[in-house]
Amino acid sequence: MEAASTAATARPAIHTTMRESRVKETSALSDLKAKLRINKLNFYYGGFHALKNVTMDIPERKVTAFIGPSGCGKSTLLRTFNRMYSLYPDQRAEGEILMDGENLITTKQDVSLIRAKIGMVFQKPTPFPMSIYDNIAFGVRLFEDLSKREMDERVEWALSRAAIWGEVKDKLSQSGQSLSGGQQQRLCIARGIAIKPEVLLLDEPCSALDPISTAKVEELIHELKTDYTVVIVTHNMQQAARVSDYTAYMYLGELIEYDVTDTIFIKPKKAATEDYITGRFG
Amino acid sequence: MSAIATDQSAIHPGNRIYRSRKNVNFLLLAVSSVALLFGLFWLVWILGTLLYEGGTALARTALYYQMTPPPGADGGLANAIAGSLVMVTAGTLIGTPVGILAGTYLAEYGHRGWLAGATRFLNDVLLSAPSIVMGLFVYSVYVAKVGHFSGWAGSIALALLVIPVVVRTTDDMLKLVPNTLREATVALGCPAWKMVVSVTYRAARTGILTGILLAIARISGETAPLLFTALNNQFWSTNMNAPMANLPVVIFQFAMSPYEDWHRLAWGGAALITLTVLVLNILARALFRKSD
Repeated sequence: MEAASTAATARPAIHTTMRESRVKETSALSDLKAKLRINKLNFYYGGFHALKNVTMDIPERKVTAFIGPSGCGKSTLLRTFNRMYSLYPDQRAEGEILMDGENLITTKQDVSLIRAKIGMVFQKPTPFPMSIYDNIAFGVRLFEDLSKREMDERVEWALSRAAIWGEVKDKLSQSGQSLSGGQQQRLCIARGIAIKPEVLLLDEPCSALDPISTAKVEELIHELKTDYTVVIVTHNMQQAARVSDYTAYMYLGELIEYDVTDTIFIKPKKAATEDYITGRFG
Repeated sequence: MSAIATDQSAIHPGNRIYRSRKNVNFLLLAVSSVALLFGLFWLVWILGTLLYEGGTALARTALYYQMTPPPGADGGLANAIAGSLVMVTAGTLIGTPVGILAGTYLAEYGHRGWLAGATRFLNDVLLSAPSIVMGLFVYSVYVAKVGHFSGWAGSIALALLVIPVVVRTTDDMLKLVPNTLREATVALGCPAWKMVVSVTYRAARTGILTGILLAIARISGETAPLLFTALNNQFWSTNMNAPMANLPVVIFQFAMSPYEDWHRLAWGGAALITLTVLVLNILARALFRKSD
């Protein structure tokens, strides 16, 4: 009885602190500087038309969430931003994804350079089979020649930003795969930000995490937007409501509605969005 | 009205479907246990005979420093042991890089076009080809052209046996590495070659090394390919351009002879190869366990 009541009082407390630290964005999308401008984007898996004429602007230094039922194309859309599809010969994209005026789909620029500027964290934690330190240093070494001390600082900086430094600082030489699932995911986020990309893509980053790790990652996402443009795909609508400034609802490869998160969740303009948000979908 | 509610529950020990499943389970367990014992029986018998017959020869230190003797004289297998070591090492050193690189092509780059599929198929054919074919092949394209048997010819024949084994295991082991790991690596802006070298090789290293060890174990005992290429040498020779002594051919020759002391040496050589392969496997396992 005693323990239950403490837990009950402790939980809302966490929520209020999280809420207070978050200033929700309310500016209309059209007033913001776009980091990525997506124009008439179509995507195909072989013969399957997975994205249909998607047009949207991803605002700079804001958190944008993609929501929608499984198979609606939200992950596909996210994966076009860093050209992940070019690993697979039967996948192709048509249209425009403009970053700094350059179309990422047709650019002559090396795809490695695009991916270094647009980092990604995946649904499942993907630590490399190397030490925790090297997991972070690996990506940094691809583009920067740092001294041992500078690298140490960078590793500590990245791990601290990802809220995992305290847990791993005494075992940096241990394998990254020895960590728990939640720690592995934060390690992957640290690896993503260590190379200082401009955009960070998060593909359902919390779906394999427990509530405590999820809360840490969400807190982190909120902090990240001061420096990065964050795009997150999530199945969890509460999560989208908590972390994002803007939300896009997708269905069957089409962008149904895209607006300020509060508008999407409180008074969406389209009935389809409202049905999905309120659980009357299907 | 509802059958489920009124009838007696189907879940009880006397259920016919349940009983027959238990019987099938018992039958299959019995059959596989018998098969296991059958296999183990021969294995233990072979190892036992080998150690019993070869044990005394192995215990004689002369085995390791004296040359293969003429009939009736005292001797050892020093030249054959050295020749086998040299040729197995050379064969492994030639075959492994080729095999790993080819396997890497198949697993990492072979998504497009027909080349990978065709290569994989031909490699599987080579994998199951009798080793004597490799010996005859090297004989006709190398030994016959240069006019004499040699250590190099033996090494090449052994390398040709190593390649398909290593290609196959490298391909299989790299394909076991989840694609998400590859995506995560290139997502950092990593070029494909560096992803393969730094991440997927690391993730698959245990399996790839196991493949190499399997290949070494296989070529250590191969007689047929060496019979047509390295042949044999009664004397100590480290000249790779001359015929070279080796354990399998010596065992073959000595075991077929009518002389009792040659038989002893043949048993000793056979036990030596078997134990070496065994020790190699145990070492490798211990090593991998530590690194993982």
